[in-house]
Parts: sequence; structure tokens; C-alpha cells
Amino acid sequence: MRSSNFGIIPNISKSFETGLLLDIFRRICFSRYFDLGLINAANEKLVTSMVYLSLGQESISAALSKAIPEYLIFAQHRCHDTYLSFGGNPEKLRDELLCLPSGSSKGRAGSNCLQCFENNVSMFGHHGLIGENVPLGVGAALGSGKPVVCIFGDGAAEEDYVFSAMGFAVTHKLPVLFVCEDNNLSILTTVEVRRSWSVTNVAKALGMPGIDITDDPWTIYKKTQELKNNLPAFINIYTCRARWHVGTGIDNPPEWDRFKIVKDELNGLGLSDQIAKIEEEAKTSMEKLWDKKLLQKLSKK
Amino acid sequence: MGQKTVAETIKEITRKHLEENNGLLLGESISAVGWVNNTVPNCKGIVELPMTDVAGAGIAVGTALVNRRPIFVIRFQDFLILNGSPLIFFAAKIKELHGKCAPIFVRAIGAEGLGPVHSGVLHSIFMHFPGFRVCSPMTPAEYIEAWEDFIKHDDPMICSEHRTSYLNTAEMKNVLKKNADVTLYAISSARFEAIKAAELLEKEGIISNIVHIMWLKPFKITNGMTKPLHQSKLGLVIDSGYEIAGASRSIAYELNQATGCCVKALGLFDRTKCLCPELQNKTPDANRICETVKNMING
Repeated sequence: MRSSNFGIIPNISKSFETGLLLDIFRRICFSRYFDLGLINAANEKLVTSMVYLSLGQESISAALSKAIPEYLIFAQHRCHDTYLSFGGNPEKLRDELLCLPSGSSKGRAGSNCLQCFENNVSMFGHHGLIGENVPLGVGAALGSGKPVVCIFGDGAAEEDYVFSAMGFAVTHKLPVLFVCEDNNLSILTTVEVRRSWSVTNVAKALGMPGIDITDDPWTIYKKTQELKNNLPAFINIYTCRARWHVGTGIDNPPEWDRFKIVKDELNGLGLSDQIAKIEEEAKTSMEKLWDKKLLQKLSKK
Repeated sequence: MGQKTVAETIKEITRKHLEENNGLLLGESISAVGWVNNTVPNCKGIVELPMTDVAGAGIAVGTALVNRRPIFVIRFQDFLILNGSPLIFFAAKIKELHGKCAPIFVRAIGAEGLGPVHSGVLHSIFMHFPGFRVCSPMTPAEYIEAWEDFIKHDDPMICSEHRTSYLNTAEMKNVLKKNADVTLYAISSARFEAIKAAELLEKEGIISNIVHIMWLKPFKITNGMTKPLHQSKLGLVIDSGYEIAGASRSIAYELNQATGCCVKALGLFDRTKCLCPELQNKTPDANRICETVKNMING
């Protein structure tokens, strides 16, 4: 079931305007090169706090941020890409990781607890207990009437309070989109070792639409557009975490490389020049953001 | 019409909050028999949670994040063990971590003699963690003070109620006597027992001051607390919760440090509360308080 093309709508990218395709690609690049710069900085001991990299999974938030930009966001611990794709300031994120007062939470919270309340983004900070953001998000939807997206992993989805909150959202018909970034890993323990059941089936049994797809951004965008009219709803998205659960190391090669697949597809659509330019811009801006001398100055090392 | 009871006061505050302030009240089986000991009005803004304690608390905190200032009802304080996670790990931390707030008023209801999982008084646990305001009002005016404090601030509040107080209409003023032999500092339902104990002790020629403690956190040492202790030289802090690592010992330590006087703590024994009367491990009653005081005086 889990594969690089599970649930993909064939040729769906061809139905989108070029501007949308490129904007999603731009967000992917932005998150990707942020994390790549962070890896260098961490390896050089310029960032010493714990870091939870989004690398490999960034297509999900890139697509979601285009489909549901106005939603209240309750993200999980692995959320650099969510923060950046929805419009968070990269300098504030960098500074948060450097434990600086100019960070997104004044350097007090760190990589797995990001918040953002600017640029029309309302992203509530996570505190590190996986799945805690789901009942919180459901409560925020209940209290505000505003649409909410709760993003969590396949491990968090096993927390009993996640199911309970999803069930409550069904009972009260709350406008919540539940998104599971299913990288198959709880640290390094795979789903098949941990459970024999499907979160999607549970969501359906609770009475909400539930689908399994892979992290093809165009399919995510399309399916999100459909489901946002029928909330609450659940999307399980197969994806690949490229680095350690926490830290910058590599366990095994990812099962698939979504970034390469996306680029190949855009190249096939005749957008080679545009995506090369976008990638170079992202790379350059993030190299500046993570410039070694700048970091030394900021952290006074 | 006479003075309102504590229960009537809670009900009135709640009705006003729900009907006039766009507030919410969340809890399990709220509308079941008795409407939580007749403390909850039948009006808009009540959200019946499913029997899902951890998620329920998270949902309640979520409504606090969007400024609904929820009242979250915990019918028995023992259930705080399950409900505590979103309160402790999220609501209480958000201000220091993110500069945001999750003002939630937790009605944590204590009881007595109802067996191992319905008789707990757990406010001490929440005194331990940063970010909470913790109080234990036992009178109508104190309950109003607690509520007004909650509205004035943006912190999560643990309001440690006790069923023993619900029919109480009287305010409880400190009792200060000349030449007192001991000062009793009483918390929660132990306050009612401390008053009885002082009467019993007086019959035996032992004079007691009584200082009522409602605010557990922040806990501020006041002249009203230290002056009688300086005079009596002996103090005893009595609480309805467990003594070890509990409110009674914590406050006894603070009073000792502030005055240099001998202050002891009296709370529940270090054993599980059981159903049968001889093993209920109840709030220290007047007789136990008297015995402890006499032992202190006699060295």
C-alpha cells in the first residue's frame, strides 16, 4: 500500500496553472534549503539545540499552505516546513533555533515548539507531547468557529486522545482537517511493528471522510480542496523522513525522493528554466540566512 | 432572601459568564443528575464532553486559546491525573514559552469518603508546576474573589473546591487570640475541622489562633500570617491532601523560614484512601488536629 505513487491522481499537475505549480515548488525549495542550511550549521556546532528536520516531507505543507492558507494551524513537533510554507519568517525560525531573543518564541521553545502569529498566519506552538495538538485544535475550532488544520505523525495518530478528539469533531461537525504525515516511523520503529490497523479506517469509522495518498503535492492540493468542503476530514499522507527523528544524521536512504520526482514532473511540463531559477533563489537566500560568519556573530561564538 | 451558599454562588457566576460573557463550560456528564451538585445552571454555553479525559482537557484548553475563558469541570479531583496533561504541559507553559495565554478555570471538586478514586484532593500537584494559580475557596466571598482573580489574569486557574463547602453560607475570618498557644493554618475542608478543633482545645485550656488559607499559589506570606505565629511560637498547617510533598508541608516550610518558629504539617497519611470507614484516610478531623497540637505543646 505504502509507495511513492499511492493514490496519486494521474497527470493531475497538467490541470493546474503554472503559477500554482511553481509557487508550491518554491515553498518546497524554501523549506528544503532552510533545513539543508541548518544541517551544515548544526554539523559545525553553530546550532546546538535539538532539531527536528522536515527534510523529505516538505511537499505536504507546501501544498496545504496553498489550499488552506487561512486555517488556524496546530502543527506537530516536525514543523519547520509548516512554519515556512504558511508564511513564517525564516530569520525568526533560525534565531529560535539559536536560542536568541529574536526567535519566533524568543528562543525559549525551539525546533519542535514553533509558533507564528504574523503575516496573517495563526500557528499555535506545540509543546512536544505528540498528538497534543489535535484536541487543542479541535477545541480551538469549537471555540472560534474558524477552520483548523491539525498536522501530526503516524506515531501521534496512535495516541488515544487523538481519536477521542477526532470523534468529538465529528459529533460537533467542526471544521477541522486532520492531516497525518505518515513517514512510517516512530523514531525508527515502523508502523507494521506498532499496529495492525489503519488510522484512515478509524477516521472513517468515526464518521468522517478519510483517504490515503502519497506526498505528491498536486494530489494533496486537489484532495484538500475537495475535503475542505466536507469537514471534519482526515488525510493520511505517505511520506519519507530523510533524516533522523531528531538531529541531522541519516538512518537509511528514503524509500523515495519526492523532491526529485516533483522536479522531473515539472521538467516534463516544460518548466525547467523556471524551476532552476526558483531553486537557485531559494538556495542563495538560505545560504545567506545560514552564513557561517553571520551565525558566529549572532551567537557570539 | 438569606446569604447565598457556595454552590449558589458558583451557579450564579457561571450563569453570568455563559450568558453575558460568551464563556463556555465543558465537562463530563454535566447535565446528569444534580447538575454537579447544583452548581451548574441550565443555560447556553455548556459543552458535554465525551468520557475522554485527556482529550476533553485538551479540547477545553483549545477553547481557552481562542479566548473563550472556559470553565472546565472535574467532578472528582482524582480525575485530574488523566486531565492534567494538557493543563500542565500546555496551558501552564504557553505564557513563558510563547508569550500567549490559555486562561482556563478548572473546577476541581474534592470529596470525602467516596472510596479510592472519588475522594482525592490534589491541589498540591498543581502547586508544583509553574504557570498555575491555585486556590481553595470555601466561602461565597472567597469564591467570588477566586473568579475575579481569574478574570483579571490570563493564567490557568486550579480552583480546588470541596463538596463539604457547597452548603456553606458563612465567611470564615481569621481568629486571633491573646496568649494563644498555637496558630492553626487551615486549607480546604480542613478549615471546618480546624474551627472545631480550636473549640475542643480551648476546653482543655489550649488557646488557638486560626488563619484560613485560600491562596495556595502564588502563596504570599503576610503579616496576618506571621504576627500570630510570632506570638504563639508554634504553628500547624492542616490540609485535606496528602502530607508528603504536599501543600501542608510546603506552607509549613515557608512559615518556618519566614519566622524561625516551629511549624509542623498535618495532612493525609501516606496510604491509599479506601472505602471502609476505618481506612478512609480522610481530611484530618478535629480530634486528630487536637492530638497533634497537644503533642507539639508537650514536646
